[in-house]
Amino acid sequence: MEAYIRGTGNISPQATFDKALFLEEVRTYDTARLQVVEPDYKQFIQPIQLRRMSRLLKMGVTAAGICLRDAGIEKPDAIITGTGLGMMEETEKFLNNLIDNQERLLNPTAFIQSTHNTVGAHIAVMLGCNHYNLTYVHGPVSFENALLDSLMRIAEDPAKNVLLGGIEEITMTHFVITGSMGFWKKSLTNTLDLLKDKDPGTAAGEGAAFFLLTATPDEHCYAKVKGLAIRFNPDYGTVAPGFVQEFLAQHGLSPQEIDLAILGLNGDPDSDAVYGPLLESFGGKVPAAYYKHLCGEHYLASSFALWLGAKIMKHGKVPDVIRLAQSNAGGQVRHILIHNHYKNLHHSLILLSSC
Amino acid sequence: MTPQILNESLKRQQRMELIEKLKLEIIEVLNLEDIKPEDIDADAPLFGEGLGLDSIDALELIVLLEKNYGIKIEDPKEGRKIFASVRTMADYILEHQKK
Amino acid sequence: MAGRVFVTGIGIICAIGKNTGETLASLKACRHGIGKITVLDTVHRDELPAGEIKLTNTELAALAGVTDIDMNPRTALLGMIAAAEALQNAGIDPKDNRFRTGVISASTVGGMDKTEINYRHYEKGKPYNNFVLTHDCSYSTEQIAARLGFRDMVSTVSTACSSSANSIMFGARLIHHGLLDRVLAGGSDSLSKFTLNGFNALMILDKHHCRPFDKSRTGLNLGEGAAFLVLESEEALGSRTPLCELTGYANANDAYHQTASSPDGYGPFLSMSDALQTASKNIPGFNLRDISYINAHGTGTDNNDLTEGIAIGRIFGDAIPPVSSTKPFTGHTLGAAAAVEAVISILSIRHNTIFPNLNFNEKIEELKFEPVREMITGVTLKHVLSNSFGFGGNDSTLIFSAC
Repeated sequence: MEAYIRGTGNISPQATFDKALFLEEVRTYDTARLQVVEPDYKQFIQPIQLRRMSRLLKMGVTAAGICLRDAGIEKPDAIITGTGLGMMEETEKFLNNLIDNQERLLNPTAFIQSTHNTVGAHIAVMLGCNHYNLTYVHGPVSFENALLDSLMRIAEDPAKNVLLGGIEEITMTHFVITGSMGFWKKSLTNTLDLLKDKDPGTAAGEGAAFFLLTATPDEHCYAKVKGLAIRFNPDYGTVAPGFVQEFLAQHGLSPQEIDLAILGLNGDPDSDAVYGPLLESFGGKVPAAYYKHLCGEHYLASSFALWLGAKIMKHGKVPDVIRLAQSNAGGQVRHILIHNHYKNLHHSLILLSSC
Repeated sequence: MTPQILNESLKRQQRMELIEKLKLEIIEVLNLEDIKPEDIDADAPLFGEGLGLDSIDALELIVLLEKNYGIKIEDPKEGRKIFASVRTMADYILEHQKK
Repeated sequence: MAGRVFVTGIGIICAIGKNTGETLASLKACRHGIGKITVLDTVHRDELPAGEIKLTNTELAALAGVTDIDMNPRTALLGMIAAAEALQNAGIDPKDNRFRTGVISASTVGGMDKTEINYRHYEKGKPYNNFVLTHDCSYSTEQIAARLGFRDMVSTVSTACSSSANSIMFGARLIHHGLLDRVLAGGSDSLSKFTLNGFNALMILDKHHCRPFDKSRTGLNLGEGAAFLVLESEEALGSRTPLCELTGYANANDAYHQTASSPDGYGPFLSMSDALQTASKNIPGFNLRDISYINAHGTGTDNNDLTEGIAIGRIFGDAIPPVSSTKPFTGHTLGAAAAVEAVISILSIRHNTIFPNLNFNEKIEELKFEPVREMITGVTLKHVLSNSFGFGGNDSTLIFSAC
């Protein structure tokens, strides 16, 4: 099952919503909480709708709009989204309201917009799109599940396209609560030093990344999604090189033919140790990159990685800021392997090829 | 001025003040960021055309009525008539508000 | 990509039964589970009737065979119980690794029952801050999968009240695509103050026992529960006899409003039409007049029952099959509703019975039909259609066929 990426839209802690740019300017943060750089939403959404929308809803709807414009499509044939925590801001608002007012006289708007499928639903209403509309909420592989469903849809009907999206937000409250449990670095002076910082924890992020997938390429095409694998609780102590080799062999490739491996290193020593054997097996011959210093760690971080891979294929360049120290410069990029994992429990692999 | 005329004048004054107060409360509770009280016509329809509010806004106005004025609306369908305009809202409040 | 998908096992826990046997007995006895809330600690306990399972988390944990209730939200416990029953019903040993097996669940509440109690106490550390780990929907699914010993593929869907129809649909498609041989598909949602108060703020709860499709209806009763189906490919089924076959499914979007359905019920019309179309591809000679019974979404709200009824009328014309909503029995179990009602639909097929739409008195004027008032027994049901429509205009339909 494969598909072509015909359009993208990405709102992230980098200025990524402008499709003409590609990390020419890199934003760095001196905190372990990376928040998105937001466009002027009024350019995309009417005031009467905007007034009631939560931040994540604005991000999702706008990123979807940017993607559709990029692909030259008005109305997709399916809308499939992934989110791990869902609409946190609205959930917290309603929950606080409930607790503070002892369950009396509660405002309904926050409750209505707290359901996980709110973004997908809103996009459908704004576009008048009556087609298939699903939302996957399986934590760190929410995006991969949404991608799997998208690939299945396209295999079922190659004449149809799919609008695929990954959305996640980090609220202040959630950052503080998870911080108290040791999730984030206690003191981070520069996100560019994320991997050098040997303290436990990583940096929190958020974002909304959308893709328009089709069965056939055209002049808009960024890249081909050639393969996807999701593993749960695989019993590996680390990322088994075997998992990667097996996956690549299914697609007629060996690790040496990978022009770039985009890895989910996040600066937490235990989490990053998982990549040791894999990097060793590359033997310095596979150029490797990382990205969580740009977007932060969150359940939908792999959607940023997919955007990164697609943009690298489109622009024909690998930004220096993502290169891992020990990887070589590399020439033409025909195959990109994206690996992500979350606490070594959830692993995913995405294979991208040039169009 | 007869007591009746004075009374009528006071009632009109009361209604006008309530209308202005309601405009501010509506703007706040419905998050109408770009709208100022002077932009809202007291007699213009709030739903459909006019401000273009919807059924979710109607529910928020029901909560407003109970929170700020102690008036409880049991059936959401009543809302359409009561919230037809800011003036009809004001009239309803003046008629039903607990003293 | 082809192949049939069979249902070989069902499991359920809801307000009218801790398992399939009890649920069936209650349905046959017209014994509903709607009443005052006694387990959930809420100020609305006497005002808002619900389909609550009268077991504490400790009692549910005992049934599920786990001891740690701090790390198991109510949604996870309910799901474990129903999923285990479905597996047993299908006669599957989790250690049998001849077949790739997935667990696809659905939820809207997730671990909210713990979050809403401990949210303001996280600073006290463990166990108060455990909710951070147990809150999101995927956690409950993984607890279910771990309890049963499955790891091949685990996922969670959340699309409000149509969630478990979509998890069942995803499961079936994974089998069709040859990615899995078996799927434990369904959903689980517990009662919570969050959802109870949320629906109350929307003013769509009935302060009395709900009355779907009745002219005087004023809203829904919330419920809680979990239900799972074991779906299998033809190859995995082998020579065993299935309970029934999943022959049609579809998801469409109303694209009208976040909470209300379009006046002509366009989304429901589409999901039913598309599901019927899938069925006609899977069943030789199938005609929509072959639908023997519709288990409606039928929540009892002003908006849903009218628009669903209009959509049913548009599709079936003057040949509308018997229709009933079983939500007056179980309450509206939100993310689990579609799976709960799938189990009830399958029980209908297996026991040749159409369960009644309780509390019905007077027909909705605009509709061409009234629902089934009294239980109908001894009736052969060849194909049953089940609707589930959620917030965000998310409309799904499943069709089950007798084997």
